[in-house]
Amino acid sequence: MEALTWTGSLGSTLGPVMIIAVAVFVLAVVGNFVAAFATSTQQVTAAGGAVVVPWRWSDKTSFFELAIPAIAVGLVLYALEAFTADPTLSAWLAELGLPGWLNTTITALVFLLMGGFFAYLLQRAPAALFEWLIRWSFIVIVGVIVAFIFFSQFAGYGNAGIVGEMAKQFLPVWLALILTFTLSIIFKRRLGLYGKLFDSVIGMIGFGLVMFWVFTAVFVGIFDLVGTHDPLAQISGLKNQPPGVPMPEGEAGFAHYLLGGDNLARDIFSRMVEGSVIVMMIAPLATLFAFMVGITLGLPAGYYGGRLDTFLSFLANLILAFPVILLFYLLVTPEIIATGLPNYMAMVLFIFPLVFFGVLIHSRYRNQPSKDYLILAIVLVPLLMLYLSVINQQGSPIDFWPLDFFDIPGGILVVFVSVVFVNSPTVFRIVRGLALDIKTRDYVAAAQTRGERPWYIMLWEILPNARGPLIVDFCLRIGYTTILLGTLGFFGLGLPPESPDWGSTINEGRKLLLIYAHPALPPAIALLSLVLGLNLLADGLREESLKD
Amino acid sequence: MGLFILRRLGVMLLTALCLTFIVFWLTNLQPNLEKLAKTQGNARMSDEAVETWLGNRGYTRNVFVKYGEWLGVLPGYVIEGTDGETRGRCANNSTITEDTATFCGVLQGDWGYSTVFRDEVSSILGERGWQTAKLMFFVMLVMVPGALIIGVLAGMKEGSRTDRSLSTVSILSTATPEYVSGVVFIAVFATATFNMQWFKGTATSAMDNITFENFTLPVLTVALYGMGYIARMTRASMTEVMTAQYIRTARLKGVSFRNIVLRHALRNALIAPFTVIMLQFPWLLNGVVIVETLFNYKGFGWTLVQAAGNNDIEMLLGVSVVSVFVVLATQLISDIGYVFLNPRIRIS
Repeated sequence: MEALTWTGSLGSTLGPVMIIAVAVFVLAVVGNFVAAFATSTQQVTAAGGAVVVPWRWSDKTSFFELAIPAIAVGLVLYALEAFTADPTLSAWLAELGLPGWLNTTITALVFLLMGGFFAYLLQRAPAALFEWLIRWSFIVIVGVIVAFIFFSQFAGYGNAGIVGEMAKQFLPVWLALILTFTLSIIFKRRLGLYGKLFDSVIGMIGFGLVMFWVFTAVFVGIFDLVGTHDPLAQISGLKNQPPGVPMPEGEAGFAHYLLGGDNLARDIFSRMVEGSVIVMMIAPLATLFAFMVGITLGLPAGYYGGRLDTFLSFLANLILAFPVILLFYLLVTPEIIATGLPNYMAMVLFIFPLVFFGVLIHSRYRNQPSKDYLILAIVLVPLLMLYLSVINQQGSPIDFWPLDFFDIPGGILVVFVSVVFVNSPTVFRIVRGLALDIKTRDYVAAAQTRGERPWYIMLWEILPNARGPLIVDFCLRIGYTTILLGTLGFFGLGLPPESPDWGSTINEGRKLLLIYAHPALPPAIALLSLVLGLNLLADGLREESLKD
Repeated sequence: MGLFILRRLGVMLLTALCLTFIVFWLTNLQPNLEKLAKTQGNARMSDEAVETWLGNRGYTRNVFVKYGEWLGVLPGYVIEGTDGETRGRCANNSTITEDTATFCGVLQGDWGYSTVFRDEVSSILGERGWQTAKLMFFVMLVMVPGALIIGVLAGMKEGSRTDRSLSTVSILSTATPEYVSGVVFIAVFATATFNMQWFKGTATSAMDNITFENFTLPVLTVALYGMGYIARMTRASMTEVMTAQYIRTARLKGVSFRNIVLRHALRNALIAPFTVIMLQFPWLLNGVVIVETLFNYKGFGWTLVQAAGNNDIEMLLGVSVVSVFVVLATQLISDIGYVFLNPRIRIS
């Protein structure tokens, strides 16, 4: 078997189109930025009606109006030259035997002048041109990517290179994504805030990135698809091998290590997709728990105020004043785990969902006892069983409950607890602020006059009206939790070292980073894309919820 | 104003006391002490030997008493050990003499002795803290102007394409934690993988001699993560100012765009980012720990990791005191600064 190239023969056809499209896109974005300094007009609405005012940077052509664009365009040209020209201008000058300072000066001057010239031209171009160029080059880029993924599904093994083979491995994910997007776009008018997300490009990109990793985690974790090898299996001879390396003769299974082998000769690609399972298992759930804690404590703090508020706020600020890493180092060490402290913390933190649901239901159906007890029993009994099973760990200080259905691996529980612990004070502060704001509204006053109980007002009047900011923050916070999990892995805390989660793999890869760069990059980029997706999703949601 | 600062100082002191006590308590839990005894004494000590070792050095007493000694409000222990030696806390576990002080805690300026670095905690903190201060200085130098420029440019014309592209850039930077950007930067700019070997992948040499080559990547890595957040706050505040009535009046009067931005809008738009920048310090501390580990730059964060990894109790306490102080002081400054900068609050 030969080693795979990055894009194979399919890439040689689509490659040039992609390069041209990317170049046009970058130039158009810079041009648009430059044009922003030039004259344009803008409508200003005043009391007497709309007035069109020239929107100029200054009254006369100033230094700034040309200098900043000239520097910007000059830098872009310099970067382009460094990639394409051989020899570069400065290398050529150095060959002529000029002294260093003169060489630098001449290079800087030449690029500044060229930058100034192009900037002058760009500023005179109509702004609409850039809009058009940006839009269409972006569409071409997306088109090329989609076409590559599409055609690589039909290309023979190896013809589409490493990227093509990865695209093939992700086939179930693509199908699930297509299905989700088609259904959502068709029914978007009936889907409320979720449907509105599909009106904003940013929101759609973010949602796509997030769902990509969600589906990957589902297909890897439940159906064992996508991955090519066992994430823990070591194959001798493939230690630190570059991407696309073929398997040694006689090894069964997939014929290549798509993204190369790591320091222990394991498949980087399989470890990366396997890592998404761990993140998807912990991050959303931990964020949800942090929200339960934050809401259950933040609502009364904001609503009642007074001593309770002072006390809880002091506690929250206390935790927030800790540098996160110090806290992790203090909580997530084998010695602390041996004392059982994380189990006690789990006992306290995991009770909050029960309290939350119990109060939520009881405050609503207080006047219909039979219905109240029925619903409470339906919801709380399974939750209580779950709670007791989770906190009850064999061999830990909390080991009293006979009906223990499952044990969470120690490492995961500790990581989970510490992440919830770090996140809840921030949620508390947000919820408290929202409650302080909303409790002055008329509908709260109306409910108070009706004689509603405080907890009914908090959970059924205030909380639903705070949902917009809370949903947005929930998305952001999942991203932050992912970052925290990565930090824990990066310092080798909590999860076992062979665990394929992204933080641990980055930690493994960084040790030999200066010699072999390829093992650390895939998990880093995976983590980045997931967090970016969540941030973009939150941005899209915020924008759309503000339009209401 | 005076009362406000006094109250804040009181809360600060209480917080610092609580936090250091928590750190003290966690580091003094039994398994941690056993680990300490085994690393300091002998790795193959029996359980009994561990107990005597700890007992002779005063570790087995009540945690409140030990905390009081560390703080300097209780007299340091003098223990006649089972091995016949007399150890005094204030004499660095050797026999006490006549000029040994009775109290030796943080209040007396005695920060204790680091078991990992085998040196006085205060001198290590000074030395390592200075290294981190240099890093922080350059980070601020890059981050603050960069973030403000991006934020102001984006917020000048809300909804324009400049705004949208710069906002996307700032979202990207907030979504890139230091250990991701650091790894990517090293892979791209410090290895031969992409043929752009422009900088160095370690900053060890920067401790004595800062050069463009060895300090760019660590500074950029820390600055990038904070930059996006400050830029977004600046943008939000700038867009709010730009829609204000007085800006529209100035526009209709025919004031040039430059004068509007620089003379009328900027000053009001920079009040909110000031508090945000101040509150970024605790986050920077986080970034510093990651970057110093990644780039092997032996500063404050690196010390934290070493101390925490080896349960070096007094070193860890010193580190937490300093970091908690930084966090609380920046909060205080941001509160005072907000009042001071905002004319609406200042004059009323």
